Amino acid sequence: MKLADALGVIVPLLHEELVVHANGFISRESFHLKDRPENFYMIGSMGLASSIALGVALNRPDRRVVVFDGDGNVLMNLGALALIGAMQPANLVHIVFDNEVYGSTGNQRTISAQVALDAIARASGYVRVQRVDTPAALRTVAQEFLVQRGPAFLLVKIEPDREERQIGRITHDPPEIAARFAAAIRGWRPAASDPSDQETRSR
Amino acid sequence: MIAGAEFCRLLVESGFDFFTGVPCSLVKSVIALLEEQGGYVPETREDAAVGLAAGAAMAGKRPVVIMQNSGLGVCLNALASLSLLYRLPCLLLITWRGYQGKDAPEHLLMGEISPAVLETLRIPYQVLAAETVAESLRWARDTVQQRSTPVALLLPPGVIR
Repeated sequence: MKLADALGVIVPLLHEELVVHANGFISRESFHLKDRPENFYMIGSMGLASSIALGVALNRPDRRVVVFDGDGNVLMNLGALALIGAMQPANLVHIVFDNEVYGSTGNQRTISAQVALDAIARASGYVRVQRVDTPAALRTVAQEFLVQRGPAFLLVKIEPDREERQIGRITHDPPEIAARFAAAIRGWRPAASDPSDQETRSR
Repeated sequence: MIAGAEFCRLLVESGFDFFTGVPCSLVKSVIALLEEQGGYVPETREDAAVGLAAGAAMAGKRPVVIMQNSGLGVCLNALASLSLLYRLPCLLLITWRGYQGKDAPEHLLMGEISPAVLETLRIPYQVLAAETVAESLRWARDTVQQRSTPVALLLPPGVIR
């Protein structure tokens, strides 16, 4: 399973979920597959996708927030796993595409072949942790994690792309990405069956 | 000197409503009060705090990131390639260790260059003084809103008790 295959399984499962993307091919593949207003593409600040997602999740507990992360990104900001474990955002789903290399810079190895990122997540306090390496298992677990109480951590073991993917960069300007994502957060109204909505209307 | 409680009151009155950071002894009273009010997220690194604030800003909050100026060095890339690039507003409350060359050796160089680092990053900033805290916070609130970028307040020793 390559990154494009894994995204091909997960993206069709998404509806109103807010998705914060790590930089590099994770952003670019997902943008290429399906651009959504609920997508935030982090093109710089490597390592911080999980921190950005936590900032959204803590302030919008009524929204499901997903991180599309990578092994290099996670290793660069392991403290974010600790803080997510400590803060326990029930609405956060952390999905890590782990190809054991820095894909955008020429497939130099990371250390995720030696270090079990899922074990770190479990020790940090994520309440659901799974490792998958087939599209079928990915579909099953992702479907569960997207609706269950989190924080959840899904480690998706994938193969690196052997040849450089000829895939375009994100065409939106960064301020446009941020404004569109903020509008997608702001503009959403819970469905009538949502208890928080009934509470609002009864006031 | 102004009391930490007074500073917190002015901060909240200025509309700031999400607080995170990495502590410094110069703001221990401020962090203790924010913790007490249940509105402070204790970050592990200053750059991660900038990331957290970016998410909070997009979720409609007016975030404050508290750090020592040593942490300003840690978060250069987060400021340059996230907050400034995406025009995500936040207030950086940066304690000024090494102020006027009087401090432990590890603070001296960063203390000397902190204003120049902010200028190089093109982050607007003011230096806090006890008599002008309220004005500086109003300036920070207005500048953050108008320019939609990070804005910094440098806090020397002896301003907040």
